[in-house]
Amino acid sequence: MLTRLSLAAVLASVLCLTACGSSSGTAAPASAGGGSPSLTVFAAASLTETFTELGRQFESTHSGTKVTFNFGSSATLAQQVTQGAPADIFAAASPATMKTVTDAGLASAPTVFVRNTLQIAVPEDNPAKVASLEDLTDPKVKVALCAEQVPCGAAAVKALDAAGVKVTPVTLEQDVKATLTKVRLGEVDAALVYRTDVIASGGKVRGIDFPEAGQAVNDYPIAALTKAPAPDLARQFVDLVLSQQGRDVLTKAGFQAP
Amino acid sequence: MPWPLLVPALVGLAFLVLPLAGLLARAPWQSLPQRLAEPLVLEALRLSLVTATIATAVCLLLGVPLAWLLARTTLPGRRVLRALVTVPLVLPPVVGGVALLLVLGRRGLAGQWLYDAFGVSLPFTTTGVVVAEAFVAMPFLVIAVEGALRAADQRYEEAAATLGASRWTVFRRVTLPMVAPGVLAGAVLCWARALGEFGATITFAGNFPGRTQTMPLAVYLALETDPDAAIVLSLVLLAVSVIVLAGLRDRWTGTA
Repeated sequence: MLTRLSLAAVLASVLCLTACGSSSGTAAPASAGGGSPSLTVFAAASLTETFTELGRQFESTHSGTKVTFNFGSSATLAQQVTQGAPADIFAAASPATMKTVTDAGLASAPTVFVRNTLQIAVPEDNPAKVASLEDLTDPKVKVALCAEQVPCGAAAVKALDAAGVKVTPVTLEQDVKATLTKVRLGEVDAALVYRTDVIASGGKVRGIDFPEAGQAVNDYPIAALTKAPAPDLARQFVDLVLSQQGRDVLTKAGFQAP
Repeated sequence: MPWPLLVPALVGLAFLVLPLAGLLARAPWQSLPQRLAEPLVLEALRLSLVTATIATAVCLLLGVPLAWLLARTTLPGRRVLRALVTVPLVLPPVVGGVALLLVLGRRGLAGQWLYDAFGVSLPFTTTGVVVAEAFVAMPFLVIAVEGALRAADQRYEEAAATLGASRWTVFRRVTLPMVAPGVLAGAVLCWARALGEFGATITFAGNFPGRTQTMPLAVYLALETDPDAAIVLSLVLLAVSVIVLAGLRDRWTGTA
């Protein structure tokens, strides 16, 4: 029964992954003309849990307002925004992806609202007895990293370089959730993922801090878009994210204040 | 020509071909040659062709007998079996990849045993890519071959049997030659599906250049940072598959 439950959980999380993936193809719906006001937020996949919670809080204080999210890889979202997707807010997992949007003149003065650091994630029972970054160099230890093209991969390379450690991963995953799934299923012995993802896994994965993580801190910028269909609501949502209330939700999930 | 057929046919054609035109229109033609010469591209292309071909061979070896079983025997629960065979078609490929991990992964139901007994672990290997592709592509072959078997005239098989041929001989000498066009059509579909496989592959076999990074995986990651490179990779994959498929159709099935 227990295994069936955990199997269902894994399947559910993957279904969410595929859903997120497909949602990147079909951009979120535009705010409904007339009718009830709506707000469309494009946000990095690692913000899924926290922003969903903040969206609920926003809806309860702005009765009648509907907040719609499009979670996905920051690079994909940035491309959708520059291609004219009808978004009000963009929250990215890296300044570089935000820059493509500001360079296109679609947002100005983004604010860094949180930072995220890497942890070594290992399966609950830690079969390879990983305790430090050095341990990942052992060829018997199977390591998963994010691909360098996505923010968590770039951060991993930076951290490994800072530590002067050379790791040969068995796989370069397409996003941080996929990397974590490999750890959760025990297919790899260790991976470098964000602290927040370890916490979101709900104890299925153990996180190990390492000193060089400080060299690869990821800043998350947020901005209301200049062509936002609902500019007033967009400003109010950004204010909520930057408020103490917003910070509480984010730090509880493992993010750090900037 | 009756317009109720012609108009939808042309709309259908445009629907299928226009995205291709979009790729061609946006392709960075100037930088095409040096992009194509990048070792990463050739590596991914080679891996894609090799794994799709091996996966098709595996599907032929297992899928043709399976189709025969579904079409020619009176197994109890055949309908359920037939529905089960199509599961990989309806399953989102990423879910298929997870299912494969849960069965064949290092801690999977069967994979655990494989790992303990032989030290074999399929995820993150080229063999894993073949497994993922075969899983997703096999239904195409089975359905095509089963259809051909049902359409074939069984009286030839009966005649051979009355003349004393064993069931194996009948299958080899009568049935198989009769359904050869169906087998080839199925194999072509199967190969094409394996070549384009993304979700199950990246989930089950992971992504590592030269080992498990096939063209669709390379396209996906290129899209993150360099959309032009993604377009080039897509065009290469498209060109190669069109050439191979067009060539095969003319030569083997005689239908141009």
